[in-house]
Amino acid sequence: MASIDEGGGGGHKKGPGVKKAKKLSTRVDMTPMVDLGFLLITFFIFTTTMSSPTTMQLFMPKDTDDKDQNKAKESGALTIMLGKNNVVYVYRGQLLPDASNFHTTTFKSVRDTIIQMKKDVINAHVHDAGCTKIQEEARVGNPKLNIPPDPNWKNACLDKDLVIVIKPDDEATYKNTIDILDEMAISAIKRYAMVDLFPAEKELIKKTEGGN
Amino acid sequence: MDMTPFVDVAFLILTFFIMATKFKPEEPVEIKTPNSVSTRDLPEDDAIQVTFDSTGRVFFSVLSAKDPTIKYNVIKHINETRTLGLTEAEMKNFVRTPSVGVPFSGLKQLLAIPQEDQKNFKQPGIPLDTLGGELYYWIRDAVGTFSGKKLLFLIKGDNSAKYPSFKQVLNAFKKNEIFKFQMITMLEDAPAGSELAIIRNREKAASK
Repeated sequence: MASIDEGGGGGHKKGPGVKKAKKLSTRVDMTPMVDLGFLLITFFIFTTTMSSPTTMQLFMPKDTDDKDQNKAKESGALTIMLGKNNVVYVYRGQLLPDASNFHTTTFKSVRDTIIQMKKDVINAHVHDAGCTKIQEEARVGNPKLNIPPDPNWKNACLDKDLVIVIKPDDEATYKNTIDILDEMAISAIKRYAMVDLFPAEKELIKKTEGGN
Repeated sequence: MDMTPFVDVAFLILTFFIMATKFKPEEPVEIKTPNSVSTRDLPEDDAIQVTFDSTGRVFFSVLSAKDPTIKYNVIKHINETRTLGLTEAEMKNFVRTPSVGVPFSGLKQLLAIPQEDQKNFKQPGIPLDTLGGELYYWIRDAVGTFSGKKLLFLIKGDNSAKYPSFKQVLNAFKKNEIFKFQMITMLEDAPAGSELAIIRNREKAASK
């Protein structure tokens, strides 16, 4: 087994004229130490979790009266509703009375929906005065908020009309909520809000869930 | 057979694990947090954390690893504002307690138990309603104690918790005029090809 051999015949030359020193064995049995070492390794491997927790930022709006709220352009609004069993419902703009723009989807395909929406908004973009300001802000960046200058600052305001409204149902899980907020980060959506469902939407979700 | 190199490597691994391991404080409930692409590190100091589990029980904790007196001042403040009648020993016990999840009426009973035995005590969670419930007072008094310092607000939720529990916790914060939160998540990579992945790659290239 593992052992340290210190008793080897070092630098002494053995010859006829050299008196043979009486040697004590310095070999130590290392087996118990090695056993203990492995025991500790096993313990640490089992108790260690390698991934370290991170945090995700969320800003919530102040609950204010309707007149203070930002009005979103209808063409740039996408509403994402989270239902039971990881089902996602989406519609663009305003919910039509016949609910023909209300679609059922999943977490897997909601990213494509968001990307498509973003593309459409960018294609429909019209340059105006507010845009120049946004471009300037992106070009300079904001060291206070850790926002670096954007090399693509010319594109910064193309999606300024895009607003995603997230409405989790009472049956949606916390994981669903975080996942959809994460989708905003993944697709680099700048403007999104988490609000409550309208009664009409609640009913629609209930009807769709019952139908399935 | 010469096992020396093998044992050397084994001890090297052992050293690595000992160095890399950081024991997390024991919590009264096990929480499986969701994943996110966020890379922000979890703060250990100057933060208050609200935890909710899958059944909707809510726990409150003060993170002040560097300066335990802050935690003591928080409970002292709450003791005064809510007239709980806690003894000095019970308040000291609060400093050692990682998180509490009992109504104010049950706090004295919980803190009478030594910290090591608290895990056997079933904590019902801090009562909440749409206006924030008792969590509102916890947050208000903790913020009051920290006054002037930059304080972070952490929310830790279980994967399978329902959205209303999350909303109620948010409401308790919002009632305190707090609108900026950090949700504790586990790191996952940005999906390849997504806009975030492109931005991150660009930043990585720029820093080289």
